Amino acid sequence: MSQKISNAGRTPSNTIECLNISEKKVGLFVTCLVNTMRPSIGFASITLLEQAGCTVEVPELQSCCGQPAFNSGDDEGTRQIAYQTIKQFENFDYVVLPSGSCAAMIKKNFIEVFKDQPEWLARAKHLADITHELLSFLVDVCQFEPNGIELDGSYTYHDSCSGYRALHVYEQPRKMLSTVKGLEHKPLNNHSECCGFGGTFCVKYSDISNEIVGEKVENVLATEADYLLGGDMGCLMNIAGKLNREGHKEITALHTAEVLAGLAPQILGGKDAS
Amino acid sequence: MRVNKPEDFYKNVSEALAQPDLKMIIRRTTDKAETKRAEAVANFPEFENARTQGQKVKDHTIKYMDHYLAEFEKNALAQGTIVHWASTGEEASKIVLDICRQHKAKKVTRSKSMLGEEIGLTHAFDNSEMERIETDLAEHIIQLAGDPPSHIVWPAMHRSREDVVKLFREFHADPTYSEEITDLVRSARRDLRNKFLTSDIGISGSNFLLADSGSSCTVTNEGNAELTITPPKVHIVTAGIEKLVPSMAHAVPLLRLLTRSATGAEITQYNTFHNGPKRPNDADGPEECHIVLVDNGRTKMLAEGMEAMLRCIRCGACMNHCVVYKHIGGHAYGSVYPGPMGSVLTPHLDSLEVANKQTHACTMNGRCEEVCPVNIPLPTLLRSLRAQSWDKKYEPLTNRFVVQSFAIMAKRPKLFQLLSSSGVIFMKVFSRKGWIKYMPFTSGWTRNRDLIEPESTTFMHQYKKIKNEKMKKAKKGGA
Repeated sequence: MSQKISNAGRTPSNTIECLNISEKKVGLFVTCLVNTMRPSIGFASITLLEQAGCTVEVPELQSCCGQPAFNSGDDEGTRQIAYQTIKQFENFDYVVLPSGSCAAMIKKNFIEVFKDQPEWLARAKHLADITHELLSFLVDVCQFEPNGIELDGSYTYHDSCSGYRALHVYEQPRKMLSTVKGLEHKPLNNHSECCGFGGTFCVKYSDISNEIVGEKVENVLATEADYLLGGDMGCLMNIAGKLNREGHKEITALHTAEVLAGLAPQILGGKDAS
Repeated sequence: MRVNKPEDFYKNVSEALAQPDLKMIIRRTTDKAETKRAEAVANFPEFENARTQGQKVKDHTIKYMDHYLAEFEKNALAQGTIVHWASTGEEASKIVLDICRQHKAKKVTRSKSMLGEEIGLTHAFDNSEMERIETDLAEHIIQLAGDPPSHIVWPAMHRSREDVVKLFREFHADPTYSEEITDLVRSARRDLRNKFLTSDIGISGSNFLLADSGSSCTVTNEGNAELTITPPKVHIVTAGIEKLVPSMAHAVPLLRLLTRSATGAEITQYNTFHNGPKRPNDADGPEECHIVLVDNGRTKMLAEGMEAMLRCIRCGACMNHCVVYKHIGGHAYGSVYPGPMGSVLTPHLDSLEVANKQTHACTMNGRCEEVCPVNIPLPTLLRSLRAQSWDKKYEPLTNRFVVQSFAIMAKRPKLFQLLSSSGVIFMKVFSRKGWIKYMPFTSGWTRNRDLIEPESTTFMHQYKKIKNEKMKKAKKGGA
C-alpha cells in the first residue's frame, strides 16, 4: 500500500512531471450510473480529458462513490466503500468524475465518515484535494476550450444541485458550450431548483419526487429547446424519464460531455435508428 | 382540531399530494417570499458579513448559555419581572395556565408564538375554562378554521383568500362582504379590537431575549403583540432559552437578517423591546409581568452536538426554498415546525423514533443551507439524524436491506462490475424502443417515470475490450 498521503511526499521528478501540462495523470471514476446506463459519457470524458492534454486511466476495481449508503445514514457501509475508492485513486495527480454529485461525495463527504480515523482522514483529505468534477476540471484546471464541435439546435441547462451548490459548477459548462457552432442557449426558469432525483429519495418518496420532476419538466418544455443538457446522469435520467413518460419526444437529454466530445450526432442517430 | 402526527408521515404526504390546490396555494406565498428575499439580499451588500456576525453572536451565546441565562434572570428580576423555568413543554404550559387561574382570567389574548404551539399552550387553553383569542391575523384565521399552523411565519399559508372570505362571513359578528384584502383585514380588526381591550391576560412569545437588560423583543407587522401586551393587567412571555443574546447591539444584526430572510422586508412595522411591568410614571402597560424560560429538549440538543440548530431564528427561509415543503406543505410533517428546520427539531422535541421519516424527505440539494441567515448546515444535521436512526434500526427493513446489499456489492468492485453487467442484460429484457416502462424491483422509479435503456454493455466491459485490442495491436507492431 502506498504511504503517499500528500503532495509533500512527492519526489522532485514527480513534481516536475506534474508541472508539465501534457503529463497530467488522471484517474477517471466513471460512476455506477454511467457504467451501467450510459457508457458513452465515460468515453466522452476520456476524449475530452485527452484533448485537454491529460493521460487518462480508468482503474478497473472501481464501483460506487458510496452516496446511497451515506445518504441513508449507513456510515460503516460508506467507510467500507470509501476504503477501496481511496486505495484505487489516491496515487493519481487528479481524479475526475463526470458527475457533480459523485465528485461532491468524495470531495466533501468522505471526510465526514472518517472523522475518528486520523490515518484514513488524511488520505480522504488528500483524495478530496485531487478530485474534480469533469466540466469544472476541464475549464478551471486544464483551461480547455473545445474546438470544431458543431450541433444544430438549442439547449437548456439543468444545474444539478451538488455541482451547482457544493462545487460551484455554473459558468464552466456554459462557457464550453458557447464554443459549439450552431448551438443556441435557452435559459431554464428555476434552473437551480432540485429536479427531485436526490438519489435514494426518488424511490423512497417516489410520489413527492414525481411532483417535483413534473414541475421541472414544465420548465424544461417551456424553453422549447431541442436538448436538455446537464452534468449529472442521475438528474438527466430523472427528467428524461419523466419527459418520456409524458410522451414528450421533442427534447432529448444529453450529458454535456457527450455534446462537447462530438458524440451527439452519433447518439441522436442511434436513437433515430431504433 | 385535526392534527397530523409525525409518525404518520407517509399517510400525511399522500393526503397532502391528493389535495388539488395545495401546491398552487403554497407557491403563491413561497414564490413571492423567494423573490423578495433575493431582492432584499441583493440590496444589502453586507448580507454575508451580517450572516457571519449573526452566526457568531448565536454561537457565543449558546456556548456561554449558563452565564447569559443567569444574567438575564438577574436583570429581568431587577425590572420587576417574575422569572419561571420550565424543563418541558407540559411544565411550561402548566405554569402559564396557573398564572392565568391565579388571576381568575376568563379571556386570554395571545400574539403569535411558535413556542406556544410547541409547548401545547393552545391545546391547554382549549381544554380549560378560559377563552383563547389569537390576535395575529394568520393565527386568527387558523383558529376560526380549527387548523394547526402550516408554516412558522405564515401559519395560514395553506388557506386561500377564498377560504378566508368564507371563514370571516361565518364567524365575524359584522363581516365584510367584499373580497378585497383591505376589507378582510378591516373585518378582522373590527372583530379583534374589542377583544384586545377586554382581555385579562396577554401572552406573547419573544424573538430575542436581551441578557444585559432582561428585555424581550417582539417582531410583528400588525402591532398585535403590542395590543396583546399593553391593555391587560398581566403579561406572560413564553420563550425558548435559545432566544438569548447578550445585548441590544447583538440583537440588531440578527433582526436585520430575520426580516430579510423571512419576508424580504428591511424591517417589520413593529419591533418592540418589552421591559417588565408598568413603572410608576408609565401611562399604560401590564401591572404584572412573567417570563417562562423553556428548555424542552434544547440543552439536550446542546449535549448531543446539535448546537448549530440552536442558532435558528425562525425566519422560515429554509421551508420557503425547500422543494419538498413546497409540494407537501407544512401539515404533512405532523409537527409544529415543518420543512428542513422542523425535520431537525422534531426528533429532539418529540423523538427520533416517531420523526425519522421526515429526515429522509430531503433530496440533499443544499438550498436551505444556502439561504439560512445563520449558516445552519441543515442537510448535514439531517444526515447525522439519519445516521443515528440507522444505528438505532428505525429504518424500514426493506430500505436497510437494499442499502446494505448495495454497500456489500460496492465494497467488492469485481462483484460490483459483474452484477452491473448482469443488470444491463436484465434491463435489456424489459426495454422497448429505448425505454423501460416496467421492470421488477424498480416500481419506485417506474411508477412515475420511464427508465432509459442502457447501452449494450457496461462501460468497463467496453473499455477493457478496447484496451485489450490496443495492447494486441501494440504487441503485433512490436513483433
